[in-house]
Order: sequence, then C-alpha cells, then structure tokens
Amino acid sequence: MFRNNYDGDSVTFSPTGRLFQVEYALEAIKQGSVTVGVRSKKHAVLVALKRNADELSSYQKKIIKCDEHLGLSLAGLAPDGRVLSNYLRQQCNYSSLVYNRKLSLEKAGHLLSDKAQKNTQSYGGRPYGVGLLLAGYDNSGPHLLEFQPSGNTLELYGAAIGARSQGAKTYLERTLNEYLEVEEADQLIAVAVEALRQCLKDESLSTKNLSIAVVGQDKPFSVLDDDAVAPYL
Amino acid sequence: MNHDPFEWGRPSNEVYGEYNKTIANASPYPSMHTQQPIVTGTSVISMKYNGGVVIAADNLGSYGSLLRFNDIERLIPVGRNTVVGISGDISDMQQLEYLLEEMQTENNYDNQYADEEEALRPSYVFEYLANVMYSRRSKMNPLWNALIVAGVEDAKPFLKYVNLLGVTYSAPSLATGFGAHLALPLLRKVVDVESDVENTDLETAKRSIVEAMKVLFYRDARSSRKYSLAIIDIEKGLILDKNAKVEDMVWGFAKDIRGYGTQKV
Amino acid sequence: MSTTIASEYANEVKNVPIEHQFNPYSDNGGTILGIAGEDFAVLAGDTRHTTDYSINSRYEPKVFECGDNIVISANGFAADGTALVKRFQNNLKWYHFDHNNKKMSMKSAARNIQHLLYGKRFFPYYVHTIIAGLDEEGKGAVYSFDPVGSYEREQCRAGGAAASLIMPFLDNQVNFKNQYEPDSDGTKPRPVKFLSVEEVVQLVRDAFSSATERHIHVGDGVEILIVTKEGVRTEYFPLKRD
Repeated sequence: MFRNNYDGDSVTFSPTGRLFQVEYALEAIKQGSVTVGVRSKKHAVLVALKRNADELSSYQKKIIKCDEHLGLSLAGLAPDGRVLSNYLRQQCNYSSLVYNRKLSLEKAGHLLSDKAQKNTQSYGGRPYGVGLLLAGYDNSGPHLLEFQPSGNTLELYGAAIGARSQGAKTYLERTLNEYLEVEEADQLIAVAVEALRQCLKDESLSTKNLSIAVVGQDKPFSVLDDDAVAPYL
Repeated sequence: MNHDPFEWGRPSNEVYGEYNKTIANASPYPSMHTQQPIVTGTSVISMKYNGGVVIAADNLGSYGSLLRFNDIERLIPVGRNTVVGISGDISDMQQLEYLLEEMQTENNYDNQYADEEEALRPSYVFEYLANVMYSRRSKMNPLWNALIVAGVEDAKPFLKYVNLLGVTYSAPSLATGFGAHLALPLLRKVVDVESDVENTDLETAKRSIVEAMKVLFYRDARSSRKYSLAIIDIEKGLILDKNAKVEDMVWGFAKDIRGYGTQKV
Repeated sequence: MSTTIASEYANEVKNVPIEHQFNPYSDNGGTILGIAGEDFAVLAGDTRHTTDYSINSRYEPKVFECGDNIVISANGFAADGTALVKRFQNNLKWYHFDHNNKKMSMKSAARNIQHLLYGKRFFPYYVHTIIAGLDEEGKGAVYSFDPVGSYEREQCRAGGAAASLIMPFLDNQVNFKNQYEPDSDGTKPRPVKFLSVEEVVQLVRDAFSSATERHIHVGDGVEILIVTKEGVRTEYFPLKRD
C-alpha cells in the first residue's frame, strides 16, 4: 500500500514543499459538523449545527463566548477549540485589565495565527485540528474571521467550515450584496440559518441541534440555544 | 551552635572563609530600589473645559535645592489626543517615556486601523500607566512620580491622576505636588464639579492655567519661568506650546523689601 | 541617627543607621455603610477622595456593581481598594465562564473575597471591605471583612474613616440597641423589626450628613446602591463640601 514518507511530523517539508501534517489538520476540520458565519455592516452572526454521538448523549457545544464583544464557533477537534477559546478569553481579559481596551478582531486573529504557526515549526507537537470562525464587534465595527490550523487567519464577509460547508459558501456568495446591507440582527440570523440549511443532507434543523450567536454595536455577544432558536427555524 | 539567627543558613566563615562575592558574579551591594527622588520636576496642573483639556508643567529639573536642568520637557504627547504630564523623579519619568514610546510602537504594529478606530486613547494610556505604577509600588520599587493623563475621548474631555502608590482619581481640575495646594483652589473657582465644565470655554481655561502657573512661579521655589502648555481640543486636536513664559509679573515691591539683601536699612 | 540591631542571642551588637523606607500605603479617607433589609440591601459610600488634608476629588465613586446582583466597596487605601474590586470582578467573570453562567451566590462571593484578602496576608490590602446583595432565599445580605480576610455576615456595618462615628448610630437605629419598651422601666428591649427601603435610605443619608459634620475626610456627596430582586439602582445625594 502507498505510504507517505514526509508526514511523520509537522516540521519536515516534502520534496514538493508541503507540510502534510498541516494538510491533514485541515482535513480534520472537514470531519467536524458545519458552522456558518456572516456579517453585515451592523452585525456579525454565527450559526452551527450541533452533533450528538448517539441518541442518549448530549450535543457538542459549538459556539464559545470569549468576551462581551467577541466569540467563536468551531469545526473539528472540540478539545483543541477549547484550548484556543480559552487562550482568546485570557487575551481579551488581559487587554481589558491592563489597557481598558477591547481586544480588536485583527489582533485576536494575529494572536491565534502566531500560536498555530509555532506548532508547524517546532518538533514533537502537532497542528491544531480545529477551524474557527471568529465574530466580534470592535472599534472599527463588526468583523468575521476564519482561522485555520496552518496559521492562516482571513477576514471575510461570509464563511463556512466543516462537513459539506461548500453549500453554504455558494449560497453566501450568491446573496452577498443583499445581506451586507441588512439592518436588523434577526434578518441576518435568518440569512445565516438559510445558508446552514444548504449543508444538510439527512438531518434537519431543530431546537436541539441549532446554535446561534449574534454581536453588534450595543449588542453584547450572546449565544442562543434550545428554545431560544425556535423563532429562527 | 551559634544561637544568633542572623548567622543561620549560610556557610560559616571559620570553615569556608569569607564569602567571595565575585564567585556568583554578585553585586557587592544589595539590590537597590528607589528610596527617594534625585532630580525632580515640580507640579503639573490641568483642567477640563467644554471642548477639551489644558495641561501645563514647567521645564525645570531640580537637584535638591539646586536648579540643575532648565530645558526638561515634562509634557509627553502619546498618539494624537493624549498628553501625559509628569512630576517627580526625572529619571523615572524617562523610564515612563520609554514605556509610552514602546506602547505606541506596539500599537502601530500590524494594526490597519492604527490611525483612526484603533488609535491609542487617553483611557488606554491611563489604565496602562496606572497598572505600571501600582505593580511597581507592590514590588516596593516605585517609580517616584505623580502623573496626569489628559486628552479627549469619544468627543469628551479626559483627565485622570495616578501617583507612585498607584492611587488614582479623576476630577474636572487636577494638580500634582505644590500645585495641589497653590493652583488647585484657583482652578476650582472655575471648574469645581463636572457640571461647571460645559460653561467653561478654552479661553477661560487657558487664562486660569496661565494665571496659576504665575502663582506657582511666585511661590514655588523649585519652579521656572519657562514652561510648556498643551491643549487637547476635540476639534483642533493636540497643540503643544513648548515656549510659554510667565508674563505680567509685578516685582515693583521688591525694591522696598528690607533686611534680606545687601541694602542698608 | 543610628539604632542598635540585635537578636536575642546575638553576641555581637550592630550599630546601623535608621533607613527611611518607602511607605507603600496611604489613607484616602472616605467612609462606607451597608445595611440589609428583609428583601433588599444597600451599600453606600461618600464620594470624597483625600490624601492628608487635600481633597483630591469631590466625585470618585467607590461602591461598584459587579453583576449577579452583588455590590462591593473596599475602603481605605484607594489603590488597594481598586485592585481588590477589579480582582473580584474578574473572578466573577471567570466563574461565569467556568460554570456555564451560573449566578454567584453571596456566600460564595464572600468566601472568594476572603481568599483574595488572605492571599496577601503578609502584604495586606489596606482596606475595609463590604459586599451587599441578596442571599439564596432572597433576603438582604451584608458581609464585611477585615483587611486580611476575616469575615462575617451582618445586618449592618459601617467601614472606613467615620466607621466609629456611624456604627453606634446603626446599632441603635437598625438593631434597636439600648432601646426599651415604654413603661417597662428598661427591662424589655424594643423588639427588632425590618426597616423599609425608604427608612433605610433616610437612615443612610442621616448617617452620612452627621459624619460629614464631624469628620474632615467625609463629604461632597453620598452614592447609595440599592439591591432588590429587580436589580441594582443608584441614588446620589449631595453632602456639605467644606
């Protein structure tokens, strides 16, 4: 059987200039359940499809609040997501204690990138197996960022990561011009939920498996679960 | 056994000889913390008005009672809408200047909004300095200063004080050192409480500060005629006058004073 | 100037100069007062900030809302007070992160503050701390602390510069100490009863205006934070500014 000789660690290049461990980490994201993020000129919204291991188990948490103005959703290895969200919480906390300042989304992105990049250059570790969507509202308005284990962080108007996320991406590309101008948070949530629907195959959205978060000016990052998401189904 | 606890826990000289400090590359002195200020700057005074803040400090650096340096700038602009006025030890002031410079460099690094939305604000600068001052005092190694952070934020005047103990407070008019006794009562005649600020214009505020600087030059022995005055205005931004001088003084009475000079009574 | 330094067992007496040491503390005056009612609690503080004989500010609030219907004030050395309040507010924030937004009870808050204070037992926060809120049954609760973390739940407590002026007044007016039933010839103590919010606010105002008359570090204004099950509301009343 075929065996790759250059994927044993995350620091050795293949002869074609690739880091296979990093590429495999990107694959791990695609195994995770889908999450979608959109932003208008007023708000940023995250929605996610929660999964349960079996009928007896609870649903995996997909959206984590980091500060009053900032939170994230994840796709991939949840434990890695917890580590990174905890790191962001600490950084937000440091910024507000020492500088009386909200951590900007741009800075948050750089901090995550730097942390992930270290893993691709030091022996013995592995890249993070999780993709993140960061949503927040800082001094320069609403922002949506996508983080990848390779250390890339990009700002986007709409993003989707996880299983079958291509459906949502296509939908968001098509409707960009409309939702960018949306005034009300509820409307933007509706767009995000509709985008999420494009990623479903066998399952359907319910109060159990849908998670929503919204943030905007004078609207602290808040997560909606269970009955609170019913109006958006 | 040697029962003197002061001698416990160290190799005895009888057995090992006197401890050779050069072995561990140790300093021959114990580590030293600031115990007292050396070269000092006197008061900083400031007040709010309906469009911003005015702040002033003279340019003298005193070595005890010796007027040692006469071109020390004690008003430090940080970004485009903050000025930090520093009194107390001048070398510690220069350490703070370094920290503020570093803060600005840091903010400009990888920050596409550094000039506008994510530019440094007075409250950021103040919070940072207050933390530096308090953590240094908690290490029993204070920066021997009293500072006033002045500026505009969200189109409103900003004015706060912090000193070597990490004690912070805010008021519509603030002064450090001698100024708290001599100048502040004069400034409080104009702005005593926050509601007085909206009835005070720039001209009134500036006149009050200039007058207070005159009183300080008259009465504070460690003050100089030359001083700096900064205005941080909501519309006009930061204006720093580094060549202000105390004017319109009355010294005519001096010739009649007897008993202190060389004149015959 | 020099002084002798020697331990009990020293066979050598050293003569060293007295060193002037940096004093990391100061007294920033002000006074605070917490009273628990049947279904509410108040925590009040004057807004004057001083060092020695100088008034630094006429309005520098020192009673803070922390969330979860808890109000706090740490009166004494202002820098330590600010630091303590900030640390508690931060702990509360992480308590929410770590316990899925669970509301912190007053008794947990009190125990946490004990640890913050005792953690600096050998370089203490030079403050008298009081917190106020509602307990798990919805009854008014006031907890007070000494600088190193000893604490107790009480019906009322005054702290800070004028504590010794206000506390006896409170004993008499809140717990009815030294009050007796008329005609009982001083044999039957007046039974205690809960006061209404209005009565308590008036009591607090009287306490502060009297303290202002007699204590130079108290004055300018009093800010009263009132905790009920509806939340926290703030009332401000001016005091004499002389």
